[in-house]
Amino acid sequence: MYRMRLFAVRHARAFERIYAAVERVMIALDPLFARIGYDRVERPVAAVESVVKGFLFDCRMCGQCALSSTGMSCPMNCPKELRNGPCGGVRPGGYCEVRPQMRCVWVLAWEGAQRMKGGARIHEVLPPVDRTLAGSSSWLRVSREKAAERRAARAAARGTAAREAVARAFPEARASEPATAPLAPEPPAAVNREERRR
Amino acid sequence: MSQSDPSPAYAPPPPGHVSHSRLERVLRAGRFAVTAELNPPDSADPADVFEAARPLAEVADAINATDASGANCHMSSIGISALLTRAGYSTVYQISCRDRNRIAIQGDVLGAAAMGVSNVLCLTGDGVGVGDQPGAKPVFDFDSLTLLRTIRTMRDQGMFLSGRRITRPPQMFLGAAENPCIPPLDWRPERLAKKVEAGAEFIQTNYVYDIPLFEAFMARVRDLGLDRRVFILAGVGPLASAKAARWMRSSVPGIHIPDALIERMEKAAKPAEEGKRICIELIQRIRQIPGVAGVHVMAYRREHQVSEIILESGVLEGRRPGRRGRRAPDSADGAGGGT
Repeated sequence: MYRMRLFAVRHARAFERIYAAVERVMIALDPLFARIGYDRVERPVAAVESVVKGFLFDCRMCGQCALSSTGMSCPMNCPKELRNGPCGGVRPGGYCEVRPQMRCVWVLAWEGAQRMKGGARIHEVLPPVDRTLAGSSSWLRVSREKAAERRAARAAARGTAAREAVARAFPEARASEPATAPLAPEPPAAVNREERRR
Repeated sequence: MSQSDPSPAYAPPPPGHVSHSRLERVLRAGRFAVTAELNPPDSADPADVFEAARPLAEVADAINATDASGANCHMSSIGISALLTRAGYSTVYQISCRDRNRIAIQGDVLGAAAMGVSNVLCLTGDGVGVGDQPGAKPVFDFDSLTLLRTIRTMRDQGMFLSGRRITRPPQMFLGAAENPCIPPLDWRPERLAKKVEAGAEFIQTNYVYDIPLFEAFMARVRDLGLDRRVFILAGVGPLASAKAARWMRSSVPGIHIPDALIERMEKAAKPAEEGKRICIELIQRIRQIPGVAGVHVMAYRREHQVSEIILESGVLEGRRPGRRGRRAPDSADGAGGGT
């Protein structure tokens, strides 16, 4: 609904907060989703997402939600589906070139971004839409991506990333003498000399 | 052009350059550059292309081949660019995102580069609704920024967007458009920055008829330091009459013409002459604005005035761009000496 879309942009700051909260919940649910199987939760979550975001933002379920980078104005409502800002045809007063009765999605995005804490994200160049992901859940995608990122960060902090690289570089040693190129998770007491002394 | 026209082996671009483009060389040398838009023929005859190019070539460092601008069908920009480039003209190959998807565009870029085209202008494109075939399917798989980033990836990383290797990357000087005089005005300079981030090395703006607006835009551009990162060519063009100006303003997307200019056209005894004079004045005022690297003349159906406008404005400072062919498209048309 166009009106609701305008409302979302006017309250972009509040929606930004809500969105951050939803994101945190989705990331926290990652172990649960992983246990049930992302494949099995995909369709019910996508259905909920489609209804909620459809009502609020006229969401088109592109599957690669960029709302937080576009002032909470969904770029897929642009008749040209631009992902990186307005075209050169914006009409006086900020109306759309193709649908003159509608305000330009990107003029709204710019207004929304001014109200948001992370509004500067609008300056980042977004890639073209991957059409194979249409209809899928962005929320679950965020959950998977961020959770994987966090796991990777934790692994790096523990030093396992470097250990994995060593194991990959010395595959023979890894096979014949695994302790020289270990890969199994290390308990803190095994790797922290300070803790061992205590 | 068959066996007598073997594909030339292009050497790497000169140091500090990304392409063999003459436009790039002129701009990097700090000269005030001139580009001009060609009116594409509704014809399959190459002679029509050369005839349209001739009056522009003597004053333009590059000729823009539009890609179905205004969503009206004409000879393709890749066809025009290839013909002209092979005949020794310097061209800007325009790509609009409206009509082709990523597969077609990346292939076209390689094809154009293989034929020697070295400048490309990445555009979003007008909606299909304003054109002569409004029932067409709008594609818009890319937008101008993802298009820029894709061609830059092809050129600098030597790969398609899929990651597949390109054995001979396209050496293209990358351009984009900007529209400084229409909303959202306060965002336009930032949007320019985003285009530079995506890969733009030169900018050709839409028509600038409102100098104060353009000055404000350029001031912000300088504040952001963009004038040192991208060459900006301001778009200009002669108005034919007050009526034509009004029509352009209401019917062509993205054109802003102040009322004062239209009044001046209305009062003129010879509107066409007045339109030309206004255009020369605009060019001379634009020339004075710091950070502007050149002008881009779009004289739709007034191509015969382009040469006079540029020469009378004095911006070439004695330079004669012209045509530098390796060979003529036909023996009747002798090519100039190579440089």
